[in-house]
Amino acid sequence: MTGLDLAFAAVGAIAAASGLLAVTTRHVVHAALWLVVCLGSVAGCYLVLGAELVALVQVLVYVGAVVVLVLFALMLTRAPIGPRAEISTSPLHRTLAAVLGAGVTALLASVLLPLAHPVDRHETDTSVLSRELFGTWVWPFEVLSLLLLVALVAALAVSRVGTSREEGA
Amino acid sequence: MIHLAGPYLLAAVLAGLGTYGVLARRNAVLVLIGVELVLNAATLLLVAVGASAGDRWAAGNVLTLFVITIAAAEVCVALAVVLAVFRMRGDVDLSEPRS
Repeated sequence: MTGLDLAFAAVGAIAAASGLLAVTTRHVVHAALWLVVCLGSVAGCYLVLGAELVALVQVLVYVGAVVVLVLFALMLTRAPIGPRAEISTSPLHRTLAAVLGAGVTALLASVLLPLAHPVDRHETDTSVLSRELFGTWVWPFEVLSLLLLVALVAALAVSRVGTSREEGA
Repeated sequence: MIHLAGPYLLAAVLAGLGTYGVLARRNAVLVLIGVELVLNAATLLLVAVGASAGDRWAAGNVLTLFVITIAAAEVCVALAVVLAVFRMRGDVDLSEPRS
C-alpha cells in the first residue's frame, strides 16, 4: 500500500459515494450537482494515475460543459424543486435495477480484478501526448471535429422540430 | 507504484451505478446522468491501462480525450431530443408512453 494507492482510495471513495447519490437522490437538481462531485473526483483519479491533461479536459469539458448543459435541460423542462418520488420508477423496478447494476459491477470486477497487479506509474507527459495527438491520431482528431459540427447542426435541427410544426411549415 | 485493483474496482462500481441510474430513473435528463457514469467508467479503465505503461502512441490518454469529446456531442444531441419531446408532450416522463 503506497501513498498513491491511499490517494486513489480517497478520491475513488468520493467518486463512488457521490455517484451513488447522483443516481438515488430524490431532488432532481441535486442529482446534477452530485454528478459534478463525481466527475470532479474522477478527474482527481486521473491526476493520481498521472494523466494531467486528461484530468484538465475532464474538468473543462465534463464539469464545465456537460453538467451545465444538463442543468440547463433540467431548467428548461421545468424540473421540480424539492424532493419528488416520481422521478424514479416504482420500488419493484428499482430493486430489479439494483440487482442488474450489482450484477454488472460483479461481472466487471470478476473479470478485471484477476488482471490487476502493482505497476510503476507511467506519467504521460503533456508534450508527448500532444505530439501523439497531432501526429499519429491527427485524422481521427479531424473526424472528431467534424462529428462535433454535425452534432451541433443536428441539435439545432432537432430542437426546431416542435416549432416548425406549429408554424405549419 | 500503484496497484491497478483500485482503478479497476472503481470502474466496475461506476458502471454498475450508471446501469442502475439508467434503469431506475423516469426523468429523461436523469437517465443521461447514468449514461455519463458508464462513460466515465470506460474512460477510467482507459486511463488506468495507459498509466501501466507500454501502450503505444499514448493510446489510453488520447482515446480518453476522444471519448470525452464524443460524450459532449452525445449529450448535446440527447438534450435537444429531450427538449423537443418536452415541447411536444409537456413532460419528459419516460414511463408513460403517449401517442
